[in-house]
Amino acid sequence: MKITVTVNGKTREGDVEARTLLVQWVRESLGLTGTNIGCDTSSCGACTVHVDGESVKSCTMLAVQADGCSVTTIEGLANGDTLHPMQQAFMDNHGLQCGYCTPGMVMAAISLLQENPSPTEEDVRIGLEGNLCRCTGYHNIVKSVLAAAGK
Amino acid sequence: MIPAAFDYKRAGSAAEAISLVSEYGEDAKFLAGGHSLLPLMKLRLAQPAVLVDIARLTDLSYIRDEGNHVAIGALTRHHDVENSSVLRQHVPLLAHAASHVGSPQVRHRGTIGGSIAHADPASDLPATTLALGATYVAQGPNGTREIAASDFYTGFLESALAPDEMLTEIRVPKTTGATWGFQKFNRRAQDWAIVGVAAWRRGNECGVGLVNMGSTPVLATSVASAIAGGASVADAARLASEEAEPQADMNATAEYRRHLASVLVRRALESQSA
Repeated sequence: MKITVTVNGKTREGDVEARTLLVQWVRESLGLTGTNIGCDTSSCGACTVHVDGESVKSCTMLAVQADGCSVTTIEGLANGDTLHPMQQAFMDNHGLQCGYCTPGMVMAAISLLQENPSPTEEDVRIGLEGNLCRCTGYHNIVKSVLAAAGK
Repeated sequence: MIPAAFDYKRAGSAAEAISLVSEYGEDAKFLAGGHSLLPLMKLRLAQPAVLVDIARLTDLSYIRDEGNHVAIGALTRHHDVENSSVLRQHVPLLAHAASHVGSPQVRHRGTIGGSIAHADPASDLPATTLALGATYVAQGPNGTREIAASDFYTGFLESALAPDEMLTEIRVPKTTGATWGFQKFNRRAQDWAIVGVAAWRRGNECGVGLVNMGSTPVLATSVASAIAGGASVADAARLASEEAEPQADMNATAEYRRHLASVLVRRALESQSA
């Protein structure tokens, strides 16, 4: 099936099997491998991207469901060499260790702040419940998101 | 994991969706947010030959104040149920329960109609709408009909919907003047409830729904009868499992589930949220 999706501001066309997952299309057809596949069962959040501005788990969405939508991946955040404020906050606050969950964490955190620009620490912890990190204990991730919210 | 191959049809209207599903019979399934169906398809627990995508039927995404009840379009996302000012004012239990479904990402895609039609006893919204005495509206080739939530759940992942019927609206009576409580007991964030309870109370009248206490969501009618008869919350809560047949799994034994149900029913009915 033919699809047209705006990905990181650019119109991208594809001819996909109906069963193609959005994450698979983004990674394998568009070569945007910043979005990771973790659990593959909509638990871990590593594959989080934005569809029409809201966080979704792209392992649980078909590419054909994104036809006509606007998708933003981690690659679409930075402006040239200038990181997105959330990316910068993760860097400044050591909000990552191995980095595997980081693209999904950053995308989920941006969506969280869009809905709640001044979250409490508890709001951040609850708001990131859909994203698992096996390294950091979440402490510096929460710190990063609060730092980004303060800017 | 990639689902097995299927044909994908995108419906432009409810009538077209029903006609497409009628054409393909039991091999076809409606696709809304996909957050119950796609995981099952990836695991090969469901293998429909045709998916009829209804997610773009935006005229079925609404929350309307209808006087004594609130009407919710079946394609309304959990995120919109959670944040609805109408529901927060008139049926706060439902808005609160929706905020406990999955994670924010899941709530951006999953729909109330999809969750109810999926009829998973471990899901929050089937039991919550059951507790609230909701009525579901289904549309089929021969028109629409209303189904009481208490008549809807017929077995594990099975409902009173015919294969060619589509759930279109959920009607929830307002709980004006009631207190309410929602208790979801789980070990990890975003997990399904090991046991969950949705309850409201107005004087001696109450409704109590149980999550994950058997093959269907459970309406705890013995608790409601006891409260109506003047029993204390503590005494009524001991009857929490009368209608339930909980099963053992890796999270809990049946006995532990019965214990949890009593404790959580008591907490939910003692809640002073209004």
